[in-house]
Amino acid sequence: MSRVGRNINVSFERLRHLGHRQDRPRRIASDAGTCPKCDSHYSADEMRRNMRVCPACGHHFAVTARERLEQLGEPGGYTELWPELRAADPLQFTDLKPYVERIRDAESSTGMGEAIVCAELEIRHVPCVAAIMDFSFMGGSMGAVVGEKFARACEYAAQKGVPFVVLSSSGGARMQEGTLALMQMAKTVIALDALADARVPVVVILAHPTTGGVWASFASLGDVTYAEPGALIAFSGPRVIEETTREVLPSDFGRAERQLANGQVDAVVDRRELAARIGRVLAILAPPPGQAAQSGGSLQWAQDAAGGVGRAAQSFPEAARKAINKILPSGGDDTEGGE
Amino acid sequence: MSKPDGPGFVRRVTGKLGRTSEPQVDEDLWASIQLARHAERPYTLDYINRICSDFEEMHGDRLFGDDPAMVAGFGRFNGRPVAIVGQQKGRDTNERTYRNFGMASPEGYRKSMRVMEIANRLGIPVITLIDTPGAFPGASAEERGQGGAISRSMQLMWRLDVPVVAVVIGEGSSGGALGLGIADKVLMLENSTYSVISPEGASAILWRDASQAKKAAQAFKPTAANCYRWGVADAVVPEPPGGAHTDYDQAAEILGQYLERTLAELEGLTPAERRTARRDRFRRLGPLRDPENGMAMVSGRDTPPPG
Repeated sequence: MSRVGRNINVSFERLRHLGHRQDRPRRIASDAGTCPKCDSHYSADEMRRNMRVCPACGHHFAVTARERLEQLGEPGGYTELWPELRAADPLQFTDLKPYVERIRDAESSTGMGEAIVCAELEIRHVPCVAAIMDFSFMGGSMGAVVGEKFARACEYAAQKGVPFVVLSSSGGARMQEGTLALMQMAKTVIALDALADARVPVVVILAHPTTGGVWASFASLGDVTYAEPGALIAFSGPRVIEETTREVLPSDFGRAERQLANGQVDAVVDRRELAARIGRVLAILAPPPGQAAQSGGSLQWAQDAAGGVGRAAQSFPEAARKAINKILPSGGDDTEGGE
Repeated sequence: MSKPDGPGFVRRVTGKLGRTSEPQVDEDLWASIQLARHAERPYTLDYINRICSDFEEMHGDRLFGDDPAMVAGFGRFNGRPVAIVGQQKGRDTNERTYRNFGMASPEGYRKSMRVMEIANRLGIPVITLIDTPGAFPGASAEERGQGGAISRSMQLMWRLDVPVVAVVIGEGSSGGALGLGIADKVLMLENSTYSVISPEGASAILWRDASQAKKAAQAFKPTAANCYRWGVADAVVPEPPGGAHTDYDQAAEILGQYLERTLAELEGLTPAERRTARRDRFRRLGPLRDPENGMAMVSGRDTPPPG
């Protein structure tokens, strides 16, 4: 390589050409390498030190889930939760390659068991539970394991009374698990309510890309929602929209900055400031440690909540229904109120 | 980009070679999927007008506009008040455009949420009729928060205290369908489908070739009978011989009977019992391997649907 031996990694020439290169498609880049925006070159070590952000132009490279945890957490590290769960193949699915083979390849190339890593850690001294997605594992797609780990993480955070931090980076539901993958959207949305009930905050960080069924489920339900610069955030990707509606989309369609203007996220946060930013907002929102665990009990939350709702509902809505039956001509049977 | 050598090339070639030995497409399955999207198939309003003695349609989300792709309102079903929402497709070209092919925008989901909130406050059961190729993929819909509209619709449906029944009456594809799908009981008409994506969409993405829809359908097997086996559907509603499009009245009558039975069953439970069951129903969907338990977690059933 001719670039070896240069001691500055961005030339004036390259910076001058920056403006012309905006339209190049963003790649999910590998470990070491060249910035797709400004062509600056970095060693693997530099990439890690810079949190995989190009110091010259601010381009955000993809980060694996475990490296994310290192970036966000304290030096003390993190405890990974349920790393043993693995995908099944309920449909015996084969497209161009059997699904089992795809999983095996993804496992060996990423060293991960699935597209999400859940962990217990401290972000700027605030204890929390995190669920971090990894795009490198089958496009971060959400199958049964991602749904299950996410749901368990919600319940675990609720039980401990600590905040929940989600980082999404996913193409959406995992097609190879078919309809059952779609159902994970429902599972994750419902699981998030465990946290609402434990009165702990949920912080969602949208990394590139957050699309499809992940954006249309838990990723859009954070109490505080941050996006990384340049992240694509959309239910339908630009290609699908252009093919379906023949619209010509602006080049920044669905990007984090645009979604901020659309009112879909709270802030666009540079990765180098992310941990500090999460720590700050959690310090404000998180319940003080003493009060945290009072919600207690393992899966008690839903029963408690539902019980409370039930008691409230016994009195008022039944009366309301009777009132409506009086107004609208009724079929005459008086069986409502049957508990 | 594609160099003629390297492992990627080998994989593509072996993939292609392997394909020739794949089993033939199941024509029955394809026919059933085509029936789910039959041009003459009864749509949401066809059912509403037959199963409800009165129906008052609501319009607008009070935030942006009204979405004709989503129908929402209150009616009287077998003597009791119900709230009904569902995607609506169009019959002819004009109507199809007006209804946006049954692809709802955020306003549609917000309208349906508005109606469900009223129903919850007044203690009226909710019925959803699902028939959509997906939520509308458009730049305008994205700007107004299509993702958030669907997720909040799911969240609201899970929080409802009243009985909720979802019925897939035709094609239920992607998050656009699931946005109305969080219910105590999910019924599916015999020839309906419930899938993560349409066969055409899947073939374009997974096979990189839009003409492989049959193969995609074969791989997804998104029929009502299979969804029942997976535990995604709780009952399969029979259709008149030849499909629902042959006899609207009979199709609506059978659906009405199933709805009546399901609602009566749900009305016997307390709101707390319904919510716990609703949560557990979705919580256990999705088989996976858990080495600690030594075997796969299996959801769903082994028996075919009754009837």
